[in-house]
Amino acid sequence: MSAPPQEAKPVPVEQPKDLPKFEKSIADKLEAKFGKKAAIEFVKPTRIRIKVGKDDVLEAAKFIRDELHFDHAESVSGVDYPDQKEIEVVYHLGSYTDPELADQVLTLATRAPREESPNPGNDSTRLPSLRDIFYSVEFHERECFEMLGVYFEGHPDNRRLLLPEDWADLPPLRKDFKIKGR
Amino acid sequence: MTAQLPPGLHMEKVDERIMTLNVGPQHPGSGHMRLIVKIDGDFIVSCDPDPGYVHRGEEKMAEYRNYITNIPHLERPVIHDSCNVLYPYCLGVEELLGVEVPERAKYLRVIASELNRCVYTQYWLAIYGIFLGHSTMFMWPAGDRELFIDMLEKMTGARVTHAYFVPGGIRNDVPANFEDMLLRRVDYFEKRIKEYAAIFYDNPILISRTTDAGVLSREDAIRLGTTGSTLRASGVDFDLRKKEKYDAYGELDVHSNVLKAGDSYARSKIPWLDMLESCNIIREAVRKMPKSGSVRVKLKPNPKGGDDEVYKRVESGRGSLGCYIVSRSKPEPYRVKMSVGSFRNLICLPYLLKGEKLGNMPAVYWSLNYWPVEADR
Repeated sequence: MSAPPQEAKPVPVEQPKDLPKFEKSIADKLEAKFGKKAAIEFVKPTRIRIKVGKDDVLEAAKFIRDELHFDHAESVSGVDYPDQKEIEVVYHLGSYTDPELADQVLTLATRAPREESPNPGNDSTRLPSLRDIFYSVEFHERECFEMLGVYFEGHPDNRRLLLPEDWADLPPLRKDFKIKGR
Repeated sequence: MTAQLPPGLHMEKVDERIMTLNVGPQHPGSGHMRLIVKIDGDFIVSCDPDPGYVHRGEEKMAEYRNYITNIPHLERPVIHDSCNVLYPYCLGVEELLGVEVPERAKYLRVIASELNRCVYTQYWLAIYGIFLGHSTMFMWPAGDRELFIDMLEKMTGARVTHAYFVPGGIRNDVPANFEDMLLRRVDYFEKRIKEYAAIFYDNPILISRTTDAGVLSREDAIRLGTTGSTLRASGVDFDLRKKEKYDAYGELDVHSNVLKAGDSYARSKIPWLDMLESCNIIREAVRKMPKSGSVRVKLKPNPKGGDDEVYKRVESGRGSLGCYIVSRSKPEPYRVKMSVGSFRNLICLPYLLKGEKLGNMPAVYWSLNYWPVEADR
């Protein structure tokens, strides 16, 4: 009954010998450009994850598009972390134009402050929109706004998409929105 | 005035010349979604898709169930492509739990998902045919689809909602003499769908209705992040079965079909070519499959993932289907996000319909290979 001692969080970039070479080279380019502003959270085969602050996300996205040739967003997911009082928005970026990057997915994560009683659109839960850099995030960001209440500044069309127009409850994918009977 | 309205609501100016039409949500030509179309005479000025009428909160539900009990409900978004919908979730959970799938199960998964792709595509083709006023094209695919539904029933025990893939393999092995029966049916199926060319794809009426309707250029297809048949009809060779080589696809020879035109005709032809390719993949998979062996790794009850996250994607009938799973050392996933092809292709609908005639709307809309329930999740 001895629980194996496990670290709570993976320490970023610890075992350099295991890292796949091609992915490491992309991560190195990002590290050289952004230094401490961006944290490379993991480098796995075909998957890289970097995390940047909300002020640097536009610059990072531009760099990823222009220098690393990732050209579209596959998905934009919001993840609610009430214990850390933050909401994370995760962009999964892929590339159609560069055949070398065909199986690569670059994960760009950023965090917005979370408020206990949300007022979507009028509170501090805001992030800059990546719509001008990756056009394909348009509907994904709209979904993220209604489901988690993250307002994307600079998005041309912040209307509801999936939820009913008169939805007046909490944004449903926040953790404090509970399903009845569960 | 508009400044006082909360975000998400807006006042609309009414024009004398422009008329607003609500196509849907009950209109059969739109599926379970609404298209707010503005027309000037016969021409579409703008189109605003309004999905969400079949939103079922799959992602929220997944946070309350453990990794195994999530299986049956996560395939619900597209019940007639249920193997492919579940595929990335199973691949993701396997990576989180560190499970290696037995070799025979990998091939059976490929066979099941190719059969499912054909079943889905036939259903879509039937609808595409009937909305272009071609009722034979509704009858034939709806009938031929039964061939593979019967095969899937033999494999999985259920006609549509199979819940066949589980983390660690597949639920059960196929019955004896399954392979002979499958190969016979694949041959017959291939012969049948080749006949569709004469009645549908080489039909001058279809060609004149769909050629040059809703043209999506290569650059725009990439910029808008489209996927699947929509992307490949615009000349981008991107098929995850070839690029990502998950499970047994690495050992199989997959040919991806690409057309350059980018119009509705090309978009409607790609899924049909894919079905012919699926027949080849199934034959090759049957040939290379290990003839015996285990098909499932037993998991511990209530398995837990570590503090990790995965993003897995597969090529479904409607394009790339991604599943993002965040795990925080609990039996339930912390967050499951499905990035589905239908939702990603929706973004090009306003773009394609602008300037198009209203009568061309069904031809363009259904050519996107869009499935409303999947887009809403």
